[in-house]
Amino acid sequence: MYRIILTKIGAGLLTTLGVSIVIFLGTNALPGDAAQIRLGQAATEDSLKALREELGLNLPLYQQYFRWLFNFVQGEFGTSLASGNVTIAQLISDRYENTLIVSSLTAMIGVPISVGLGIIAAMFPGSIYDRFLTLGSVTLVAAPEFFTATLMVLFVVFFLGIGNAVVVGSIDDKNLAELITHFILPIATLCLVIAAQLIRMTRAAVLNVMNSPYIEMAILKGIPRRRVVMRHALLNAIGPIVNVIAINLAYVVTGVIVIEVYFGYAGLATLIVQGVQTRDYILIQTLGMIFCATYVILMMIADLSSILSNPRLRHPK
Amino acid sequence: MISDKNNEDKHFVAPYSKEVSFDELQDAPPSGKFRLSITGKLGVIVVAFWLFVAVFGQFLAPYEENDLPFPDDYSEFQKPRAGAWLGTDVDDRDILSRIMYGAGRTIGISLAGVLIAYVIGVTLGIGSSIAGSRIDQILTQFFNIMLAIPTIMFGLVVVAAVGSSIPVLIITAGAIFSPVVFRLSRALGMEIMVMDFVEAAKVRGEGYRWIIFKEIWPNAAMPLISDFGLRFIYVILFVSSLSFLGLGVQPPLADWGSMVRENLGALQYGESVIPILAPAIAIASLTVAINLIVDDVSAHAGGKLSGRL
Repeated sequence: MYRIILTKIGAGLLTTLGVSIVIFLGTNALPGDAAQIRLGQAATEDSLKALREELGLNLPLYQQYFRWLFNFVQGEFGTSLASGNVTIAQLISDRYENTLIVSSLTAMIGVPISVGLGIIAAMFPGSIYDRFLTLGSVTLVAAPEFFTATLMVLFVVFFLGIGNAVVVGSIDDKNLAELITHFILPIATLCLVIAAQLIRMTRAAVLNVMNSPYIEMAILKGIPRRRVVMRHALLNAIGPIVNVIAINLAYVVTGVIVIEVYFGYAGLATLIVQGVQTRDYILIQTLGMIFCATYVILMMIADLSSILSNPRLRHPK
Repeated sequence: MISDKNNEDKHFVAPYSKEVSFDELQDAPPSGKFRLSITGKLGVIVVAFWLFVAVFGQFLAPYEENDLPFPDDYSEFQKPRAGAWLGTDVDDRDILSRIMYGAGRTIGISLAGVLIAYVIGVTLGIGSSIAGSRIDQILTQFFNIMLAIPTIMFGLVVVAAVGSSIPVLIITAGAIFSPVVFRLSRALGMEIMVMDFVEAAKVRGEGYRWIIFKEIWPNAAMPLISDFGLRFIYVILFVSSLSFLGLGVQPPLADWGSMVRENLGALQYGESVIPILAPAIAIASLTVAINLIVDDVSAHAGGKLSGRL
């Protein structure tokens, strides 16, 4: 069993390595190098050469890559190209809190509610409640984040008359309840976005188990439906459900980009968009790696959870 | 013998079979005749409407995309009135006309992108399921790495590297979404390759061309068509999200995603919701309508598709 886990983790690391190569090469295709950008058009040949040497830009590409990778792993991200002499680490530490708070609160609030709704839908397949949820999630799954966000603004701001459509103000010295009200719009939107997927997939996971013979046996024994679902089906559906949760949390990592721009508050996602606009490739490299690594790790957890929960996969023949 | 078989079949009939619709059963055979449900029909109508607007919208639009309907009246975000049925946007332009111009651009770019993804993905996928050797392993590994990068992140890196233009958007979308198509068509190809009728064809001595077009394709078509719809939705969402971030279609060209971005101020200052709601509804109605059709098609394909994705 440990061998399987280790192989999976190894595969995850290899994937991250592959992703880092793609990101490094992609951002290296940008016109102009760091030395040129930092010194401007008026730079002399000599000063350019000196700075290139200092930054290691005269090395062969693969050496540059390893140098970058080692620095990245040690947390030395380098200096931003666009914003003067600010280090990337400084830029990130100013902004990461908002992104972290919104995504973790989304996970804490959105996941239990959606999984619960999905299980109830699986308990009564074909009922009006189930159809309503299915139709609702088919609609929301396909809609863009900014459509969901607009609906949230219409509901919260225009209908309920609370707050305004942008997230403003500082988050210092706020407790959990205040943080939730502060970020109510982004959190509510992201919750709706992942709920659509989660409900559908949880329902499918539980229904999948419900199709197995031992459940039929339980029904034939005359056990009430609620008990069949809660005691018999759910325990075996936990693995697939954890898998589904991890996949959807990985989705939050990308969904948060649009949400931050929409509600106009500063976070890591707005930072990377800003990096693209100013063509600050060191910033893009670093943030791209952070986002992708988070994504890969969550996907790996999804993979592992489905293996660990299934004895047949845990002990392959 | 016959009664034995019947017993075995009964054993696998799902509990709640009255409540679970038949299509959701794991190994439900394709139901004979393909019929759209009510929601599916609604989807077809909405998609047909938007395709019509995409092709003819720019000829029917009341104004050019950057014309001002009221040149004497310099106020942004005007309420809907005669002459501008959806009001005006942040630069006093007619929202209705911009949506009609944007339809062609948003749908055209996405359709071209998904077609490229399909050409690449299906060719390599079915090809490598037949080749089934080292090439297959290399391709699979490569596409797995591509799949590990969130699409929007990939888009951001490409746009940062080469700038944004319509051809770049199309090619990027095609490249980003080809790995998923590759995986699906490879899995389909593999599964069908080992089926008895393909073996029979091989033993008969048919060539690869026959096996691909006469044996594999007819069996892979339904899941692929249904996946095509899904992929189309994701490409539309990808392109409009990039435009929304200001990294897709560039102003002053109209595009649904960038219209939401341009008019974000209307919502934030509480002036009017139509400038944002109208393009957002346009995108959502199109993607949801496609999803409703896909739901019907994949139910017809035996509900097995979700297991493969």
